[in-house]
Amino acid sequence: MTSFQSNRLADGGLVDRSAPLNFSFDGKSFSGFKGDTLASALVANGVKLVGRSFKYHRPRGILTAGSEEPNALVELRSGARREPNTKATTAELYEGLDAASQNRWPSLDFDVMSVNQLFAPIFVAGFYYKTFMWPAKFWEAIYEPAIRRAAGLGRAAGIADPDHYDKAWAHCDVLIAGSGPTGLAAALAAGRSGARVILCEEDFVLGGRLLADGGMIDGLPAAEWIARTLSELAAMPDVRIMTRTTLFGVYDGGTYGAIERVNDHLPSPPEHQVRQRLWRIVAKRCVVAAGALERPIVFAGNDTPGVMMASAMRSYIARYAAAPARRIALFTNNEDGWRTVETALGAGLQIAAVIDARAEIAPEQRSLASKSGFPVLHGTVSGIDGGKNGVRKISVSLTGGARAEVEADGLAVSGGWNPAVGLTSYHRGRPKWRDDIAAFVPDGAPPGMVAAGAANGAFGLGACLREGFAAGAAAARDAGHGNGSGSTPVADDQAFSLTPLWHVAGKGKAFVDQQHDVTASDIELAQREGFESVEHLKRYTTLGMATDQGKTSNVAGLAIMAAVTGKSIPETGTTIYRPPYVPVAIGAFAGHHRDETFHATRLTPSHHWAAEQGAIFVDTGLWKRAQWYPRAGEKDWLESVTREVKAVRSGVGFCDVSTLGKIDVHGADAGAFLDRVYINTFSNLAVGKARYGLMLREDGIVYDDGTTSRLAEDHYFLTTTTAKAGLVMQHLEFCRQVLFPELDVQLTSVSDQWAQFSIAGPKTRDLLKEIVDSSEDLSNEGFPFMGAREVALRGGVRARLFRISFSGEMAFEISVPARYGEAMARNLMIAGQPFGVTPYGTEALGVMRIEKGHVAGPELSGTTTAADLGLGKMMSTKKDFIGRVMAGREALVAADRQVVVGIKPTDKTRRLRSGAHIIPKGQTPGPDNDQGYITSVCYSPTADQWIGLALVERGRERIGEIVHAHDPLRGEDYDVEICNPVFYDPDGGRQRG
Amino acid sequence: MRITCPFCGERELGEFTYLGDAKPMRPAPGASEDEVYDYVYLRDNIAGVMDENWYHGGGCRAWLKVTRNTLTHEISAVEPAAGAGARQVAK
Repeated sequence: MTSFQSNRLADGGLVDRSAPLNFSFDGKSFSGFKGDTLASALVANGVKLVGRSFKYHRPRGILTAGSEEPNALVELRSGARREPNTKATTAELYEGLDAASQNRWPSLDFDVMSVNQLFAPIFVAGFYYKTFMWPAKFWEAIYEPAIRRAAGLGRAAGIADPDHYDKAWAHCDVLIAGSGPTGLAAALAAGRSGARVILCEEDFVLGGRLLADGGMIDGLPAAEWIARTLSELAAMPDVRIMTRTTLFGVYDGGTYGAIERVNDHLPSPPEHQVRQRLWRIVAKRCVVAAGALERPIVFAGNDTPGVMMASAMRSYIARYAAAPARRIALFTNNEDGWRTVETALGAGLQIAAVIDARAEIAPEQRSLASKSGFPVLHGTVSGIDGGKNGVRKISVSLTGGARAEVEADGLAVSGGWNPAVGLTSYHRGRPKWRDDIAAFVPDGAPPGMVAAGAANGAFGLGACLREGFAAGAAAARDAGHGNGSGSTPVADDQAFSLTPLWHVAGKGKAFVDQQHDVTASDIELAQREGFESVEHLKRYTTLGMATDQGKTSNVAGLAIMAAVTGKSIPETGTTIYRPPYVPVAIGAFAGHHRDETFHATRLTPSHHWAAEQGAIFVDTGLWKRAQWYPRAGEKDWLESVTREVKAVRSGVGFCDVSTLGKIDVHGADAGAFLDRVYINTFSNLAVGKARYGLMLREDGIVYDDGTTSRLAEDHYFLTTTTAKAGLVMQHLEFCRQVLFPELDVQLTSVSDQWAQFSIAGPKTRDLLKEIVDSSEDLSNEGFPFMGAREVALRGGVRARLFRISFSGEMAFEISVPARYGEAMARNLMIAGQPFGVTPYGTEALGVMRIEKGHVAGPELSGTTTAADLGLGKMMSTKKDFIGRVMAGREALVAADRQVVVGIKPTDKTRRLRSGAHIIPKGQTPGPDNDQGYITSVCYSPTADQWIGLALVERGRERIGEIVHAHDPLRGEDYDVEICNPVFYDPDGGRQRG
Repeated sequence: MRITCPFCGERELGEFTYLGDAKPMRPAPGASEDEVYDYVYLRDNIAGVMDENWYHGGGCRAWLKVTRNTLTHEISAVEPAAGAGARQVAK
C-alpha cells in the first residue's frame, strides 16, 4: 500500500503526474512522481522528520532543496549499492527507490541516543579534546569505538561496489558552471560566436532558480524563454550541455574536475553502462554561473523540522507542487524572502505571518499583507514550539520589546544570499566583502575564470542575464572567437534591500552548522577559550567540516565570531576553500582502475603458450611471468623448481626473458656514450661481442646492470633489468639530451619489439642447431662465449643471438621479433624433445643465479656500490662516467662496508630465509652489532642444501667464519658460514665450454 | 597542469615526469669532489620562477627545460633540451 500524497498540490509544478513512482523510506511505502527528488516526494507525503542530528540526535527535517543540504542525509539503496550520506534533496526519485534515515536507533521516531541532549552541557565545542584526554591507552580501546558507534553518519555498504565508474577528458573554449539565467545567457553569447562550449548543470533540469522563481525574459514567461534558449543551443554543434554534472574542482592550467551522475537516477545502471563519470575538462575560459545560496538566520529552535529556507520552500511549492506546510510563517531580513509569500499564496496556501527584521518594508508588501489578511510583525523569531512532528508555534520578539506568538506548521527563513564562491576560491583566492549585499563575492579567481550573476553578487534577474551574456561573450573573445550575433536577454531587476541579521540571542539551542551540531554558544565558547582565528574556530568547533562543507553555516559562524570579538566580518575573514564542491565517490576517482584492471598487465610473448603448459605466474611490476611449470604428481613448488634446475644443469631448458629492457643505441658516438653511462668501457668492445655492464647513479650508488652487445661499429644493443627498463631509458635520454648533447647518438626502446629467450644447459648447442639455419657456425670457435651477432633461423626469420649465461651453464639468449615469440617457444619444445628440453620459470632462474653468485634486485638495493657487489674492479680509472667522483667518497670506499658474500647454514638441513640479520657469533643481537643481512636465498639442488647471498661487513675478509643469523620476524636463530658467493662452477668452465 | 611540448603540443601533466632544477651543470671531467657534491646535492629552494627539467615520457621522450613559477604553477616557457632535436624543429 502506498500512501496518498497528502501534501501534493492539485496542479502546477514540473513533476509528471502521469508517471507515478513508488518508493520506501525507513521501510514505509510512499509514492511520488517522475521529476521529484526524494526530498520533494517526502514533502509531498507530509513527511517532516527525516533524520537525527550528528551529536545530539535531535530530530531534523529538510532545510534546503539543493546540494547545500545539511540535514536530509539518507542511506540510499540497499546491499552492495547502499550509499550513506546521500542528500535527499538531490537524489532523483525512481521506481522502487529505497532509502533509510541515519543516526537513529532503534527508529527515527524513538531514538535512545537523543538522551545526549540531556548531557548537552558537556557536548560543547572541543568536547573530544577535553574529555577523552586520559588515560591515553583508553583512546583506541574504549573511547574511539564508542564515539564511532554513537556518532558517525550513515553506514557504508561494507562490500564491493558492483557498479562501474568511468573517467573521461573533454576540451572546450568556454566552460560554464550552472544553467540558471546567468549560465544560459553566457552559453548563448559564447555559442553564437562559434566557441566550443560545455555547460555543466548539477540538477537534472536546466534553469536554476528560474524553475521555482519564474519571471519574464524578453517578454516571455521564464519556462518559454528556457525552452527557446535550449532549442537555440541544441542547434549549435559545438555547444554541449551536461546535466547531473557538478563542477567540483579547479586545477592548474585551466583544468576542471566534474562529476557526472550518469545513472544515479535509476535503480541500477543499465547493462554495460557506468554509474558515474569523472570528467577532467580543459577549458580556455570558465564562467562560474553557480548562483548563490540562501543563508539561514540562527535562532533558538531553528533546527525544528518544518523550519526551511524560504527559497527552498518556493522550490518545493512551485517546482515540485509539494507543500512543506499548510500555514506558513516567514522570517526574513530582506526583500527577497517575500517572494515565498507570493508563491505560497499563489498555490493556495495560508500565510500565518511575516516576521521582518527590517525597520521598513515596501508599501507593495504592506498592501499584499492587508489584502491577503496576514500580519506583518517587526521583530525576530526567538523560539520555536515544536518537535519531531514539526513546528507548532513561533515565538516572536517584537521591535520595542513586546512578544507575540504565531501559530504555523512551517517557517520559511531568509537571511539573504551568499554567492557560491567555492569554485572561484580554490586557488587561495580570498573572497571580498560587499556591504551593500552583506555578503562575500569572488576575488582572486584562478586565471581564465570569471564569476557572473548571482555567483558574483548580482541578484536581480536582469542583472544576471546582462552579466552572464557579457561574460560569455568576453570568454569566447578571449578564447579567440569573434562577437556573436543577437542581443542580451532583457528582464526586470528585483529590489534587494537587506538589514544584516545573523543571530537572534535567546534561550535554547540555536544551530549554526546543523550537520555537525555546532551552536551559536559553541562559537562564543571557542572565542572565550582563545580560538578566535576562523581557521582555529573551524577546527575547534568542527564548524563547516561536515560533508556539506558549511555551505549554509560558514558565513553565519564567522559573523557570530565577528560580533563577539567586536571585529567586522571582513576583518574576521574566511577559511580557505578547498575542493571538492560536493562529495565525490572514491570509485569515480578510481574509474576502471580497480581489481584486475587496477593497472595495465603486460604479457610476455610466450604467455599463452606458458598458460597452456599450466605455468604458475608471478606479478613482477606490470608483467606476468611464468614462475614455474608444475607437473602432475609434484607436491609443491620446490619439487617443480628443483626438477627444472636439474634439467637445465644436466640437459637443456629455456626461459622467456623478454621482460628485460632493451635499447638500441645507434650513432657514431654510441661507444663514447656508453663509456660515460657505464663504469666499464664499451668503446673498445669488438663488433660481435657482448659485455656485462654496470651503471651508477651520479651519487655513486649502483643503478642498474645488464649485458650490452656491439652488433655493428655504430650500433649497440643494451639490456636493462626488468624493474628498471623504463627508468633506465629515461636516465639514458637525460644523459643524451641534457648532459651530453654533443654526442652523435640515438636511443630507441625496443623492449616490446623483441621476444627474448634464455636457452641454457650442456645440450643447448644441440637444440639451437635444430632452430638456427645450418649455415650458421655455432661451434665454440665460431660462436665463443660472449659472442653476439645476428643469425638466420630455419625458415628465414632473422634473430639476434648472444652467447651469455646467467645460469652458469653453456647458454645462449636469442631474440626474435616479438610476433614470433610464441612460435619460438613452441618450436623449442618440438625441436628440443629429443634432448628432454624443459621450460623453466623465474624461480629456477633465480636459483641458478644464486648458485652462480650473480647479483640481482635484492643486492642492487639502492644502497650498494660496485665494490660492495664485488664488481669494483670493473670501474675504469681512465675515463669519466656517471657516478665516478661520488663513488670515491670516504664512506663509499670504507673498509668496513657490507659486501656481498655467500652463506650456508652450518646445519645442512636448515632452511634459510632472506632478511635475517648477521650478528657476530656469541653476541647478543642488537643494532650495535648488526653486521648485515641475508639478501637472497634458495634451495640449491646442486649443493643439496639451502644457500644464500648476504651483505656482510668486511665479508670478503671473513670467508669461513661462522656467524649468527638472527631473524626476529620469524623467531629464528641459527649459525651460518660465510663463503665465496660463487657456489657453482667457480672457474666458469661450463659456460665457456 | 598542462605543458606545451615543443614537439607534441599542449599536453596534460600526467604525460610528464619532473626531475628538478635545470640550473646546475654537470662539472667537467676532472672536477673536484666538492664541485661534484654541489652538483649532485645542493639545490636552491626557489619561491618564484625557476627552470626545471621535465621528461615527456608519455609522448616524444624529449627532455624539456620548463620555466615555471613555483608559487602559481604558471609556465612561461618550454624549451627542448640541447640534445632533444631542437635544431630540427627550430624554424
